[in-house]
Order: sequence, then structure tokens, then C-alpha cells
Amino acid sequence: MALTRNSSPHAHGPRSTQWVMQQVLIATVPGLIVLTSFFGIGTIINILIASITAIGCEAAVLKLRQRPIGFYLRDYSALVTAVLLGLALPPLAPWWLAVTGTAFAIIIAKHLYGGMGFNPFNPAMIGYVVLLISFPLQMSAWLAPSGLVIDGTVAATPGLRDALQIVFAGNAIDGFTAATPLDAFKHNSGLLVENFYQQTPQFNQGRWAGFGWEWVNIAFLLGGCYLLGRKVFTWHAPVGMLGGLTLMALFNYDGGSSASNGSIIFHLLSGATMFGAFFIVTDPVTSATSNRGRLIYGALIGVILFLIRSWGNYPDALAFGVLLMNFAAPFIDYYTPPRTYGHGKSGTIIHRSKED
Amino acid sequence: MSKIWDIHGGIHPAEHKALSLGGPIRTVPLPPTLILPLSQHIGAPAYPVVGVGDKVLKGQLIAAAKGFVSAPVHAPSSGVISAIEEQTVPHVSGMKAPCIVIQTDGNDSWIEHSANPDYRQKTAAELVALIGDAGITGLGGAGFPSAVKLQPRQPINTLIINATECEPYITADDQLIRERAADILIGIDILAHILGRPERILIGIEDNKPEAQQALASALKNSGNTDNAGAIEVVEFPTKYPSGGEKQLIQILTGEELPSGKLPAELGIVCQNIGTTHAIYRAICHGEALISRLTTVTGQACGKPGNFEVLIGTPVAHLLKEAEFDAQRCPKLIMGGPMMGFALPDTSVPIIKSSNCLLATTAEESPPPPPAQACIRCGHCAEVCPASLLPQQLYWHAQSKNYERLEAHHLADCIECGACSYVCPSSIPLVQYYRAAKGEIRLIAEEKRQSDRARARFEHHQARVEQEEKDKAAKREARKLAAEAAKAKREAEAEIAAANPQAALDASPSAGANDSGELDIVQAALARVAAKKASPEDQRKRFERAIETTAARLQKAQQVLAAMASDDSAEQQIKRDQQRASVEQARLRHQEAKNKLAAIETDQAANGPGDIAAKPATTNTASADPGLDRAAAAIARAQKNAAEQASMSPQQKLQKQRDALEKRLGKAQTRLAQAESEGSEQVEAFNHAVATLSEKLKAADLELASGSQDSGPAKVQTHTTEDSN
Ligand code: SF4
Ligand code: SF4
Repeated sequence: MALTRNSSPHAHGPRSTQWVMQQVLIATVPGLIVLTSFFGIGTIINILIASITAIGCEAAVLKLRQRPIGFYLRDYSALVTAVLLGLALPPLAPWWLAVTGTAFAIIIAKHLYGGMGFNPFNPAMIGYVVLLISFPLQMSAWLAPSGLVIDGTVAATPGLRDALQIVFAGNAIDGFTAATPLDAFKHNSGLLVENFYQQTPQFNQGRWAGFGWEWVNIAFLLGGCYLLGRKVFTWHAPVGMLGGLTLMALFNYDGGSSASNGSIIFHLLSGATMFGAFFIVTDPVTSATSNRGRLIYGALIGVILFLIRSWGNYPDALAFGVLLMNFAAPFIDYYTPPRTYGHGKSGTIIHRSKED
Repeated sequence: MSKIWDIHGGIHPAEHKALSLGGPIRTVPLPPTLILPLSQHIGAPAYPVVGVGDKVLKGQLIAAAKGFVSAPVHAPSSGVISAIEEQTVPHVSGMKAPCIVIQTDGNDSWIEHSANPDYRQKTAAELVALIGDAGITGLGGAGFPSAVKLQPRQPINTLIINATECEPYITADDQLIRERAADILIGIDILAHILGRPERILIGIEDNKPEAQQALASALKNSGNTDNAGAIEVVEFPTKYPSGGEKQLIQILTGEELPSGKLPAELGIVCQNIGTTHAIYRAICHGEALISRLTTVTGQACGKPGNFEVLIGTPVAHLLKEAEFDAQRCPKLIMGGPMMGFALPDTSVPIIKSSNCLLATTAEESPPPPPAQACIRCGHCAEVCPASLLPQQLYWHAQSKNYERLEAHHLADCIECGACSYVCPSSIPLVQYYRAAKGEIRLIAEEKRQSDRARARFEHHQARVEQEEKDKAAKREARKLAAEAAKAKREAEAEIAAANPQAALDASPSAGANDSGELDIVQAALARVAAKKASPEDQRKRFERAIETTAARLQKAQQVLAAMASDDSAEQQIKRDQQRASVEQARLRHQEAKNKLAAIETDQAANGPGDIAAKPATTNTASADPGLDRAAAAIARAQKNAAEQASMSPQQKLQKQRDALEKRLGKAQTRLAQAESEGSEQVEAFNHAVATLSEKLKAADLELASGSQDSGPAKVQTHTTEDSN
């Protein structure tokens, strides 16, 4: 009888990396449904293109790096990157946008840094930023949410055939686009917030923060709560980010004057807020490691998000905020070690190391 | 109900405790052989006091404790010592270690032993001695000698009895409490008596053992020792792994954190495992040494799992048979629990004092770990770490062997509970990395200590040599001055004599006796030698004093060692190792002093008692002082060597040096082998010595080789090779 011998522990919990990634994928479903109901099939097409690209790139790179392809593909991490990027891209964007972004995310942002677990920057956000900088036109052409009435016409999303033609044959999309609430708000010139809301269809047909988008955010919030409930991550990073954003909005609301930067609810339910809070800043690989660190990390992203939304050149800024803080995460880690059992105040002893 | 506190982190692995809780404690038929490792505890291994072929009785001492932190071993049954040899022992490394093997005779006849049911009449010291002599060590797993823990230097206000048993599967303590709660309470009373009746006695137990709690509560109600009953409290807390760690339990029950590197006694706390408490009861009230224990045999590969009262030394295979173990279905056999236990290499190893569980798992129960994936920094490990460490950072630094960062991240505070590995979704064997890194750090520390010591020795030597040089120079100077003075005096006298012969005549007696300064010096030297010889009495006194001081030092060092923490953290182990080394050093000094004294005494005996100086000088002075004798011999040797060397070619000289080195190396190797076989603390030192000597030898060989290229008989040959190059 040959007895195997390995090191303790001899029991393992039920969790695996695959399971974590699967949970993330499941949690995107409500957001995807709402996005599709307002913007049509475009997001699903994005996700499909991105996924196929991601799996292809991942397999190719793994082969080049001489790693077991099946083993690494099964961790679903490439798929998660693809899905997140697909969700973030404007629906009915030309197909090469998703391909370029995903390829960049997987090959450069992930594998060039050493593969899963070693990438300092969130691959999906790298892909997004590269596209935003290279193709600003395509990246800001968002469809009007279906059901929004502008100048008496009810916006509708293209059907499947039109959609495929727009994506793959490059047919014009112009007739379907409209400013997002964030865009619209940025171009408010000299009106009190209240008046502006009344005059702008995106807002006067919306309930809290802009037609369509508020529901998209609520759907992602729902998915996030699911992940929290399954303990896939702790509350620290998302609460940090939403908290940071809320505080900034609170201090800059300005009572709704013509110079106001928008209300709290407007910021919380606009653009990529909830998507970012629960699907991007919670990416463990690129965030800070301790709970305290994650709170700070999230809060700073919230602050940067607000700053760029209010005073920057881009209407939304999640990707920039996240990448900036990815950069800062090691520093946050350095200053926020947890207090070890039996030791005095945290953050004192760790500085003893000579390497510092 | 006293307040309880929560610990950081922790996990809730499947318990599987019901598996082994089916029935009462079962007995095991007497095995034909018993294998008793000499080291079943933390501290120095015991040394055998019996020989092969000796007949022993049950409970008889077969190996005695060596030093303060050690524990004796007793024969668990009567029989004959059939071997004292290396056997595979239950240890993480699967290593072999010295064991005493007994062939049992089936009579199981006891040695005479005396019970002390009236322990309250005894002093704490007497009871502690009894506990130490009974070979009792912590039965919870670590195996620290209990007597050592019961001699704290600080006053104790809290006695904590650990009935947590937080590892899955294990139910030995649970079953023990259910059946023998009354005995346990007496054991606790003995502990309380020894520790001077601490204010609080807390029995910490998880809420998954309601029956055991019930048993304790009713035993408490029935117990007669009223002056203690008030102080004892059974404290229940929620089940969570690893609540049973000493540090964790202290935090749960008192809210205090044990400062890193400190002992519980420094907080006025003593912790004992509840199984140990029962063993103490048996030792005191029945006079029985620790020769059996309760062990859980469980796992799906056992047809009839349960709790067994098993003799220490019983081969695992024998015990497994009782539980209807199915070897075909068991790919992995674990001693201890699934979280911290270790996999056994085979079933021939014995049950030892700290074996609380045998876990025979099927492939489904404990599947081989899936291949590790990359760390996704999810932070789950940090969430569950009871020591509030950052396991993924530790993993990172352990991989890159960055020991400095590891220490900054408090690797030493990791209790190796395995909670982090358990939750890691990427199946990274984190604890394995930590263990390896800890071992490495310990090694580095040890090396540094040794090199520090060597340096100190070298510096000391250097200083001594310098001092000697200075002294010699001073003496030379003095001699020169004296000679000049004498010469001047002689000349002056001669002048005076020439000028005034009468005066010279007057002065002559004194001048004759005091003829020259050189004579003075010779006399002084003689006097010194005489003094050296003349003072054996003084010498003896000096050595006697030395013996006293070294003995005191030795005792102190041992006490310090004893007081050191029992936990297994690397830091503690390093400290313990260091302390052990200093104990060893103190012991050597002590021994040396004794030897010297003995030498003097035999000298004196040889020369007759009393003052040697009183003896007439006719006795051979050289033999009177072997020291002088030796010195003379050494001088002669040195002179001979010098003469030889002068006549030797450089080649021969080198050869000779090389040979000498080889001889030294041989000697060092035998010493190393000896130290290894004795399990002596000095193995490392000898190892080091062997290493350096072989280095030197190699260097000498090289030099010799190159030397022979330049000159000597090998000349021609080497030149041809050079030419061909
Ligand atoms: S649990 Fe495993 S994967 Fe997660 S951070 Fe810790 S080591 Fe990395
Ligand atoms: S094994 Fe060490 S690092 Fe891992 S959870 Fe336990 S104490 Fe923390």
C-alpha cells in the first residue's frame, strides 16, 4: 500500500478560482439584460466578439508561453475580462473596436505582465482606455435608449439585421445616437439644475438620474449585491468608491445652481458608476490587498471619477480613475498592513524592513 | 456565564465528528511489540536507562529525561527490551529516530507504584516533580513537557483548560470528558493546587459538544472540593477553527492578546489541554506514568471508527485493525486532524504521547490537491487568518525568498493553522511555503549565531595574543634594564674595589650573595614555578569556586529555557534552540571545571596529601606537576618539528600540513558522527567544523598540486602536460 504524503492542511474549502469567476459572470446578467432592453442587441454582440477574441488570444499566448492551454482557459479569467469590456463598449460599435480592445487587454495588459495574478493594471480598463484614446469618435457614439422621446420621435434601437450591418459592414449609426445623461449634463450652460432637468429629455423622462441609465446602474448594483452575498469580495472597495463619489458630490452640489456638478443620486446612477463599483474596483488582482487598503483604494477612485466627470475632458472617467489607482495600489498596501495578533499598532513594524 | 471575545478570521470546515462518536471508549488488545521513540515531546530526547535483553514491568522507567525541558519514557506494558535502534517515527518529515522496542510478555504486570490521593498535603514542587517523573507532556498535539509549564516565574491568576478540540474529525477529548469528567475535575484541582489557587479557572469548550459540557456541569455539581468549585467555569463559545490554538483560546476567554514572543505566564495565564489534565490525575492519584492515551481513529476508510484507549508505542497498524481499517480504500493516512496533521509514510510507526487522532481518509474524502493556480489576490486568506497576517504577501515573499520582508510581515506569528490554504480558491499550498521559509530563516539565524560566536572567539584570541606579546616585550625590557643596572653596579663596585680594596672586602659577603641581577631573575623565575606548584590548595579552591558558579549558571540557563514558550512558532523555536545551546555550553563549562578539579585531586592523591612544596625537592619535580611535564613535552615536540621542518623541502612541509589537516578532519568526522548518534546539540557545530576542515584540506591539496608543478618530483610530468596545452 502506497500512502501519499503531502503537507497539511488535508482539507480544502469548496471555493475555486473558476467558481469565483463564474459568480462574476453570473452577476453581470441583470446589467446585461437591462442594457439590452434599452440599447438592443449591440451589447451582446460586443460580448460575443470580445469573448471569442479573448479566448483566441489567451490560447495563442499560452501556447507561445508553453503553458497548458486547457488548464488556464478553465479559470475563466479571460472570459471575465472580455465580458466586462464588452459591457463597457458602446453598443453597435464597429466589430474591430471590440477585437482591438480585447486583444490589447489580453496580450499586453495581462500576459505581457506575466499572466493572471501578475498584471498590475486591470486588463479590461486598459483595453477601454486604449480604445478611448485611439478612437474617441466611435467610443462616444452611444445609442439613444429605446423609448426616449426626443423632439417628438420615440427612439428605437435597430433590429438584428440593421445591427449586424452597422457592426460588421460599417453602416451609419448616426440616426440612432443621442447624448448620454452625463454628456448632456456636461453641456449644461448656465441653467439651474432644476430648469435643465425640465428642458432635457434624458432627464425629464427619467425618474432619478437620466432615462435608461438609472436602470442600468440599478441592475449592476443588484449584481454586485449578489456577489457581496456570496462573499466573492468584501464590501470595502465598492463602498469606498461609492462613498468617495457621494462625498464629492455632496460638497460640490452647490444647491443645484447653474454651476452645480450634479446631485449625489445623479452621480451614483449615471454612467459606469455601479458597474465600476462592483465589477471593476473589486478586481482583486489590481486592487489593494487589505480591507483597510481597499476602502482607501475605492474611495480614491470615487474621488477621481468625480473630478474627471466634473472638470475633465471626458464625460465619464471610470477607466482613468481605476488605472491611476492600480498604479497607487502597492503604495496603499505599503501603508495599510493589518495589525498582526500580538503586535502593537499596525504600520509601525513593517517599516523596520531594511529594504524600505 | 463569563464574557467571550471573538478572534479574527477562522473557518468552518465540515466537522465529521459524528463519525467517531458512536460509542464508548474502546480498548485495544495488547500488541506484541511496542515502539517507544525517545523523543515524543518538545525538548531534549530522553536517554535509555535499560539495555537490550532487560526485562521491564509496566510503568517502569526505560528512558530518563535529559535536562530540564525533556520528558522520561516508561514501559507501557511488561516484557523484554528487544532493541534500541532507529525506527521511523511519526513526524512531519517521516524521519527515523532512536526508539526502544519492547516485546510484550502478555502479563501486563505493573511495577510497584504509589498513589497520592491526598495531594493537597503535598507541596507544589513535590507534585510538579511527580508530574515530571510521570513523563507527562501536552496531549493536545504539541507535546510540551507539562511540568515545565507548571513552574511559571510569574504569579498565575487564570488557569485555562483547553477543551476546544477545534480540528474536524477528532473527538478524543469530547469522549474523554463525557466519560471521565469527575477525574478531569480532580486533575484540574491538582493544577489549581500547584499554581496557588488561581482566581479564575476557565474550561474553554466549543458549542458543538453539548454532551461534554453537560457532563462537566454535573460533575462540577457533584464534586466535593468546594473551595475550588466556585472558581471553575465552563465557558462555551461558537465553533470555529482554529479556536483551540493557545493564543486564540486566550483571546476568546480573556480578550487579551498574547504579545508576540511572550509566554502566557507573563499575562498570569497557564493553559493546559484537558486530556493532559486527565493524565495528571492518573499520575498523582494512581501513580501511573503516562503510558496510554485516548486516540480517535476515524475516516471513511475505517469500518468501525471510534475512540480508543491505546498504549503509547502501539504500532498504528495494530490500532487500525481494531477500527476495521480498509487499506485498499485509503490513499492517505493522517496523524492528527485534517488541518494540521501530517501524512504518515506507513503503518509501522507507533502511537506516541501526542497522537490525538488517526485519520484514514478515502480518495473522495481527501482528494489530492488540484494543481495550484496563480494567486488572484482575492484576499480570502487574509480574511480567515487568525493571526491577522497577509498570507498572500507572505506567499509572494516566500516565493522570492525575501526573508527580510517575511519577517517584516511577521511570518513568525503564523501558527500554521492552514486556514489560508483551506480557503485559497487557487489551491496554493500556502502553509507549505511558510514552513519551508521558517525552516530557512531558522537555519540562517543559526548560521549567523555560529559565525558571531566564531568571530567573538577569534577576536578574543587575537586580543590574548596581543596581550601576551606585550607582556613578553615588557619582560624583555625589564630584563634588559636589570642587566644594565647589574653591569653598572659591578663596574661601580669594581671601581670602588680598585680604589678601596678594604671597602670591597667589607661589601663582599653581600656582593657575593647578590652577585648579579641575572641571579635575581633566575631566582624569581624559580620562585614563580614554585608558587605555581605550591598552590594546589589554592587551585583547588579556585576550581571549586568555578564549579559552583558554573553550576549556578547552568541552572539559570535551564530555567530560562524551561520558561520559554511551548508553541511552535519559528521565533520561539529559534529562541529555544539558542537557549538550549547556551545550556549546553554552561553544562560543558561546568563539566570542565569538575574535570580540572578531579585532575588536581588525583594529582594530589598521587603526590600525597598536603603541601607539595613541603616535600623535599628530591621528588621528581617534573612528574609533580603534569602541567609542566606536558609543557616540556610540547616544547620538545615543537623543537623537533622546527628541526624537521628546517630540514624539509617546502613540498614536504605542505604534504605534512595536509596530512595533519586530514587527521583533524577524520577526528572531527568521528566526533560529528558521535554527536549525531547522541542527538547532541552540537551536531551543527561539528558539521561546521567538518565543512571548514574539508575546505582547508581541499585548499591544501590544491596548493600541494600547484606546488608540485613548480618543484619537486612531479616536475617533469606536469611540464609535459603544460606543454601539451
Ligand atoms: S486566497 Fe489564495 S488566491 Fe486568494 S489572495 Fe490568498 S493566496 Fe491569493
Ligand atoms: S497558516 Fe499562518 S498565515 Fe495561514 S491562516 Fe494560519 S496563521 Fe494565518
